Amino acid sequence: MTRAISRRTFLRGTVGGAAISVGLPLLDCFLTGNGDALADGGALPVRFGTWFWGCGMNPDRWIPAVEGPDYELSPELQALAPVKQHVNVISGLNTILDGRANYPHSTGILANITGTVSGTEGGVSAPSVDVLISREIGKTTRFRSIEMAATGRPTQTYSIESEAVRNASAVSPLELYARIFGAGFADPNAGSFVPDPRLVLRRSALSAIKDDVARLEGRLGSHDRQRLDQYLTAIRQLELQLDVSLSGPPDLDACRKPPAPRGEDLGTDLPQTRATHEMMTELLVFALLCDQTRVFNMLFSWSLSELRLPGAEINHHQLTHDEGVDQDLGYQPRATEFALASMDAWAGFVARLAAEPEGAGSLLDGCLVMAHSDSSFAKSHDVNKIPFMTAGRAGGRIRTGLHVALPGEPASRMGLTMQQVMGLQVGDWGTGSMQVNRAIDAILA
Amino acid sequence: MRRIRGEMVRSPRRAGLRWLLVPALVAAIGCGGGGGSTGGGGTPTTPPPGTPPDLLADAPAIEPGTAAMRRLTEVQYKASIADVLGDDVVVGGRVELDDRRDGFLAVGSSFVSVTPAGFEQYDGIARSVAEQAIRGSQRAALVPCEPVAATGADDACAREFVRQVGRRLLRRPLDDGDVESRVVVARETASELGSFDAGLEAALATLLLSPEFLFRIEATEPDPGRSDRERYSSVAMASRLSYLLWNTTPDEELLAAAERDELLDDASLAAHLDRMLDSPRLEDGVRVFFDDQYGFDQIAQGLVRKDATLFPAFSQALIRDAREQTLLTATDHLLTEDADYRGLFTTRRLFMSRTLGVVYQVPVLSPAGFEPHDLPSGSDRAGILTHLSLLALYSQPGRSSPTLRGKFVREVLLCQDVPPPPGNIDFSMFEDQSGDRRTARDRLRAHNDNQACAGCHALMDPIGFGLENMDSMGAWRASENGAEIDPSGQLNGTSYDDAVGLGAAMAGDPLVGPCLVQSFFRFALGREIAPGERAFLDWMNARLSERGYHLREIIRLIVMSDAFRSTSGPRAAAGEARS
Repeated sequence: MTRAISRRTFLRGTVGGAAISVGLPLLDCFLTGNGDALADGGALPVRFGTWFWGCGMNPDRWIPAVEGPDYELSPELQALAPVKQHVNVISGLNTILDGRANYPHSTGILANITGTVSGTEGGVSAPSVDVLISREIGKTTRFRSIEMAATGRPTQTYSIESEAVRNASAVSPLELYARIFGAGFADPNAGSFVPDPRLVLRRSALSAIKDDVARLEGRLGSHDRQRLDQYLTAIRQLELQLDVSLSGPPDLDACRKPPAPRGEDLGTDLPQTRATHEMMTELLVFALLCDQTRVFNMLFSWSLSELRLPGAEINHHQLTHDEGVDQDLGYQPRATEFALASMDAWAGFVARLAAEPEGAGSLLDGCLVMAHSDSSFAKSHDVNKIPFMTAGRAGGRIRTGLHVALPGEPASRMGLTMQQVMGLQVGDWGTGSMQVNRAIDAILA
Repeated sequence: MRRIRGEMVRSPRRAGLRWLLVPALVAAIGCGGGGGSTGGGGTPTTPPPGTPPDLLADAPAIEPGTAAMRRLTEVQYKASIADVLGDDVVVGGRVELDDRRDGFLAVGSSFVSVTPAGFEQYDGIARSVAEQAIRGSQRAALVPCEPVAATGADDACAREFVRQVGRRLLRRPLDDGDVESRVVVARETASELGSFDAGLEAALATLLLSPEFLFRIEATEPDPGRSDRERYSSVAMASRLSYLLWNTTPDEELLAAAERDELLDDASLAAHLDRMLDSPRLEDGVRVFFDDQYGFDQIAQGLVRKDATLFPAFSQALIRDAREQTLLTATDHLLTEDADYRGLFTTRRLFMSRTLGVVYQVPVLSPAGFEPHDLPSGSDRAGILTHLSLLALYSQPGRSSPTLRGKFVREVLLCQDVPPPPGNIDFSMFEDQSGDRRTARDRLRAHNDNQACAGCHALMDPIGFGLENMDSMGAWRASENGAEIDPSGQLNGTSYDDAVGLGAAMAGDPLVGPCLVQSFFRFALGREIAPGERAFLDWMNARLSERGYHLREIIRLIVMSDAFRSTSGPRAAAGEARS
């Protein structure tokens, strides 16, 4: 948490306009509370992310035959060969519905990330696991979390604060670049740092809006009070963002500003999505190196995957339903191409983070990424044997390179494990049959 | 079972002609004996010239629904800024996404809040807009005084500015608390930066971020003589009227009247309503209704895409023009012509741009913009169901979809529920395009063999088959994969031969008019219909089915009703018992 500082004190201290070099004591008060995380590249931040693809896989071809560290990659996991040592495959987890309706492509995914099966289509009754984690570890960074979708559709997001508030995905790499590395970014390689007095004034002016909120609260019913509380949270996040900008460039050896993306072509043709995904991954790498956020969500394709080959009449999701199972092969060859392409993109994502040095290891070593899908066999909207994976060692907190089979166990064990690894004090999580109190200890270091 | 052939029903242009053409028109659609229930291209009645204060004298009592604040939609946000700060202020960048709920962004607006990323966007826009307003040509109009010195703070002048512009932005008179917090912002900034105007910019930016600008938080007060409900204050009524009818913030005339409490009694409310109904700005409100109901926000956001190989003629310019065509057709029919809504499904009048003319294969003389166009008698198209906009929107990127089109008609235009598909279905028979499954009808026929699918698909597919002569982007075709398309089908017991006949069946369907009323009601109120409002809607429909579904009349009836003017109290949070 940021220590309290009088606004007037700070105004007097910075508005003189004098150049102030990085790390001036005056500005240290705006550094993150756990200053050790930023000091000398010593203990580096640990980040949490999700990576989602739609329409699942073929369980018989995806789940490895053997458990443990010496498993062989299954036919649908071949793309992971170069990154196998960085990844855990967690198989067999079920969304347990307790008799509630399985709304296709929505019930499973929403239950898995919130720990609760909703009785309504698209409904949620609890925040998603990334939000729970960002509320704890996102309090000191410029962005509490960053959501991205490689599909061109900002409404496609599984980062959920509440029924009413879903964090929209950034869909344009150009806009994402401007948001993270534009005017508000304190560039460590831009020479001496001069705090902008205008930022201080903006920070101060936000209190007028908080006053507005305070004046309104008594007038409203409970529905609107909740919405106004969300609004207040959003204001506080901007205050924090200004504090971080005013505290000077990040004191991280690996931090540098990336080149701006050159053009973009948004859409769900497979080549479009793959290119967008790669551009966003690139921006994410630098955002993490510069500690602009510690939580991210990457959506490769929507649960009703609209991925399509150029020239094809129908898309991935339609193929999962319309294409017959080839009697010789035992699966749907065209639909499966998209599952393979998704695994290939995921492997590329992991490889990119693993290739980036940070501290004594790689950027990936300081991350915990959970990859998952909405279903297993999408043709029948099956929410048993949901595919999960993790990548990264979370700063040494987990082991990797394993296949862990948990047949029939509630999928919420995944979310509980993610929260515990990220340091949240949560003993049990979820409701109904999805209520769990056991982390997946096989992957804990 | 009636059988309707596609016939030309031309919407008459001039009011004088309407009376002459009506008998021919009724005969043309062959609704003999059907009485007023068959809408066709118009009705023999015209709405009254104005709103009588006792309009609802015979209406049943209403138990109104709950109240919730509504976040300005993206269009409302931009229009409100332009109205208050000037048209030449550019609102760049994205704002927080609108959320569709129960079919309407307008309903979603009473559920959404603001995310951290969304607030960042509002903040960036607020600063940019404030800078443009204070540094631009409109400064003189916005700043009612001159400061003692341009290089420093002047509380008195800043106070005057905040009070004046804040009243318009927050849509109510400001109290001292609102004003003084902004005067402090102006003073601090002006002193530190040595510029009075910089202080105004900062103060203005905070007004644009006020929850009372971004949300419509409408004040209520005790309703005299009714202890079980609250009524909206006169000032709140100004916003309710203005955002519904004009989709923007109240103008000075309305706000001033509201501050004199003129929007509470029937007679003066009716007078203000009539002024707004007669204004050309009514078109803005009506366009937004159709944008919202039809899901055209997908087009505005560039999300309707087609495969470039299969549909080389498709472009974003084309689909944007297609949306404009439908909105121009709807507003022309409903506002300029004051015609019956049901005629929208048969009218051959539409508006063409050169880009659209290429696909419709009609010559367009105007080099730019739109011109009115009448499809000839015997044309393969008539009515909005045959517009490119809806055909392309409710299709897949590579293939038309009778199911999506049928679902749209059932759910959006007829207000019927279609159950979700069951799990564990073998869909593989629909993919085989060889042999005798070359058309969508052949592929979807498989549903009829499957009990789990048949019930719901029977609701959707036959309607969509009627539109199969128009492909995924809405272009005409006679065949699919070499097989001739059979566009015949039936709607709620009425058979038709083709898309034009489907439009005529829609115009005569008894569900069409009530669905518009129900939809517009939910759009206007931003919420679901309350049980205590059902009887009022039934009464409205009885009246409208007799006199014609004229949109201005529908607006009058809703606005003058207690559903629009009062509330049972604030909405409780989900999971809490209603108080």
